[in-house]
Amino acid sequence: MSDNNPVTLSTETVLADSKPPESQGRLILKRFLANKVAVGSLILILVIIGFAISAIGLGPIPGWWKYNYTGLNDQVNGGTPTLSILPKWLGGTGFQVGEHPWGQDRIGKDYFAMTMRGVQNSVLVMVIIGLMATVIGVFVGAIAGYFRGVVDAILMRITDVFIVIPALVIGSVVGHAVGGFGAATLAVMLGFFTWMGIARLVRGEFLSLREREFVEAARVAGASDARIIFRHILPNALGTVIVAATLIMASAILLETALSYLGFGIRPPDVSLGNLISSNQSAFQTRPWLFWWPAFFIVSLALLVNFVGDGLRDAFDPRHRRFKLRRMQEERPSLAEDEQVRAGDDDDIIDAGAK
Amino acid sequence: MVSFILRRILVSVLILLAASFIMYMLTAYSSDPLADLRQSSSLNKEKLIQNLIQTLQLNVPPPIRWFLWLGGAAKCLIPLANACDLGSTISNAQVVDILPQAIQSTVQLVTGALVLAIMLGLALGIITALRQYSGLDNVVTFTSFFLFSLPSFLVAVLLKEFVAIGFNNYLEKPEIAIWVIIIIAVVLGLIVQSIIGGDGRRRLIVGGATTVLSAIVLYAISLSGWLLHPGLGPIGIFILAAGIGVGTTALIAGLRNRRALITAGINVVVAMVAYFSLQGLFDVSSSGTLVILGIVTVIVGLVTGFLMGGYDRGQSIRVGAITAALSGGLVLLDRFMQSWTTYFSDTNGRPLATVGFQTPNLGGDVWVSGIDTFTHFLLPTVALLLISFASYTRYARAGMLETMGQDYVRTARAKGLPERTVVIRHAFRNMLIPITTLVAFDVGALLGGAIITERIFGIPGMGSLFYAGLLRGDLNPVMGYFIVIAGMAILFNFLADLAYAALDPRVRVR
Repeated sequence: MSDNNPVTLSTETVLADSKPPESQGRLILKRFLANKVAVGSLILILVIIGFAISAIGLGPIPGWWKYNYTGLNDQVNGGTPTLSILPKWLGGTGFQVGEHPWGQDRIGKDYFAMTMRGVQNSVLVMVIIGLMATVIGVFVGAIAGYFRGVVDAILMRITDVFIVIPALVIGSVVGHAVGGFGAATLAVMLGFFTWMGIARLVRGEFLSLREREFVEAARVAGASDARIIFRHILPNALGTVIVAATLIMASAILLETALSYLGFGIRPPDVSLGNLISSNQSAFQTRPWLFWWPAFFIVSLALLVNFVGDGLRDAFDPRHRRFKLRRMQEERPSLAEDEQVRAGDDDDIIDAGAK
Repeated sequence: MVSFILRRILVSVLILLAASFIMYMLTAYSSDPLADLRQSSSLNKEKLIQNLIQTLQLNVPPPIRWFLWLGGAAKCLIPLANACDLGSTISNAQVVDILPQAIQSTVQLVTGALVLAIMLGLALGIITALRQYSGLDNVVTFTSFFLFSLPSFLVAVLLKEFVAIGFNNYLEKPEIAIWVIIIIAVVLGLIVQSIIGGDGRRRLIVGGATTVLSAIVLYAISLSGWLLHPGLGPIGIFILAAGIGVGTTALIAGLRNRRALITAGINVVVAMVAYFSLQGLFDVSSSGTLVILGIVTVIVGLVTGFLMGGYDRGQSIRVGAITAALSGGLVLLDRFMQSWTTYFSDTNGRPLATVGFQTPNLGGDVWVSGIDTFTHFLLPTVALLLISFASYTRYARAGMLETMGQDYVRTARAKGLPERTVVIRHAFRNMLIPITTLVAFDVGALLGGAIITERIFGIPGMGSLFYAGLLRGDLNPVMGYFIVIAGMAILFNFLADLAYAALDPRVRVR
């Protein structure tokens, strides 16, 4: 930097040095990837899904595990788990998998295969509910928020009607009706009753986004309503939608397992993590392993999905972390400035600062 | 304002009507109330089926039957007419007759869980917000994520199958192992030092003292078999009540406010006097007497606070009332503990119940039946509590951080108010405003969650009514359940909106 005109010079240097500005999507991706917990959770979810599918196969394709979830087998060792991971020098028997690593239930079904089937079903239900809720919710919310007025009033009152019924209650009734038709049908039907949260969120986003200049510009340029909604506004509301969809998926797992536990969800002979627990509940005193494995997978799946959702929220909406920023500003001014420059790319942060 | 309320009520009624129609159609078309009878082998099967079709009007198609049901339900709105008609169940009982008992059980359960969840959640949320990024904060944050991901049926099953039975087995030989004592004491010490904060020396002293003290208490409990013959005794009550008095004063008025401190002291003394003089009355008490005593206690607290007064009378009154109520509660607790041995032998040494809402054929006075209610509702309440506890913690933490960053808090600090006043009077009160909305949503979730808890613990509440009704295809109890649940959800949402408008002057209702 020279002494006589530092400002101009430094600007020029910056302009010459800087790469082309990064896109919004890349910034979000970078922020997400920097979140170790969220990325780790995502990887773990994929590993669990891959493990569950490859172990017992999908549909007619067989997996690498020798038993399936319906076959009756001879009781080995009273059905206790044969898996052992305690090494010999600690008094265990060393690592061995054995016939039925996670034990057997009362009638001799292999519990590993059953749990894996339960995981598959839970993930299937989770994904379908998430997709259904997102599609319906975005559709209703976008139309209500974009057209406002009478359309908005009617759609939101319809949303209220569905919100009044607690999820578990309507889920029980729906599950009671269609639970026998398998996991996919159940999930699709439940999807019709879980979209309300997303609809409200999307409506709120649309109400504020539709007043912005770029929408005005698009309208002046002659874009149709559908084009403005889907090409101009929706991409800007995508963050909210993705985060809400992830969080809905986490609660979808809990809803499905709870319904299956009550007997209104997936029913025997098909297996769900919830009905594994309810059908073996009386045996927990004598065979606690029948409880621990399904419980472990329910909690892990829900927890990991929640972590991913939280990571996505932080990535899409750095406002969420403004308390951290403020504290950093107080403690380390240089770092805070850096943060602000980075955040300056995102115009949302300016709104938050002005509040 | 009036037009807002009227419009809201009108819209709510319409929403309730539409929701009940959806619910009616779904339930009616998804289940078959005659299924049980068709498979029965009784000789007059045909006649029974015809009877049921007659009483439940099954020959009328569901959409029209909904109007008939609605006509009966609408009569409930006529005050004092007692013409309510919600139809009858398959076994020919009137839904109106079985509903009140069910509502009572569920309301008892849900209220307990809700109040505890709010109090614990807010307390923990505030503490973690004030000690942001401390070890405690991180642990609580992770725990609340964990609780979010924990389905309520899992908690309930876990509590019932492992905790209840395990605790009852443990009571056969209630000794606490040395290593358990050490772990609990160290964890308590760590938690307390994290709450206290400050520099390393202060933390070390407080944490260490807590560890040693709790280890000694636990060891004494283990050695004396206290779990079999619990009691506080006059000394225990005095120490605890004095602690409550000092703590309440420190939180509400600050220890510098001598008048408030004296108010608290007077109430502790009154509690001690009451402890010695009331034991005879307690033996012949009914629950009515206890309610009267409770009211008297609070009034004594209010009056002492008013008389001591000082420059800030309101503070002294609050300190007096809270100290009086809490130390009165201690006296009651001690009396309940005295009846524990009786209850223990009445239940054959397995006091923690896993099924039902009361022990059948249990005689005894108000104390024994009080313990009975406690042991039956403890685990279901905990199971239900954990659903909403985590969200209160998260919201309270976020809300507290938000208000602590506001300009009016900086102003309050700048004009030299003590940190206690800033937190309790400026930040805490404003943080409570958005929580009202959360409570409204939470009531609905808790009532729904009660289906699972009631089923696992065998409590004959509304959830059981719904569950059994749905399984048998019994439409009317399901609808009776629904109308109560949905009505409550709408009512609480409405109240939350009004409370929000009343508390936050920025919100205007149109």
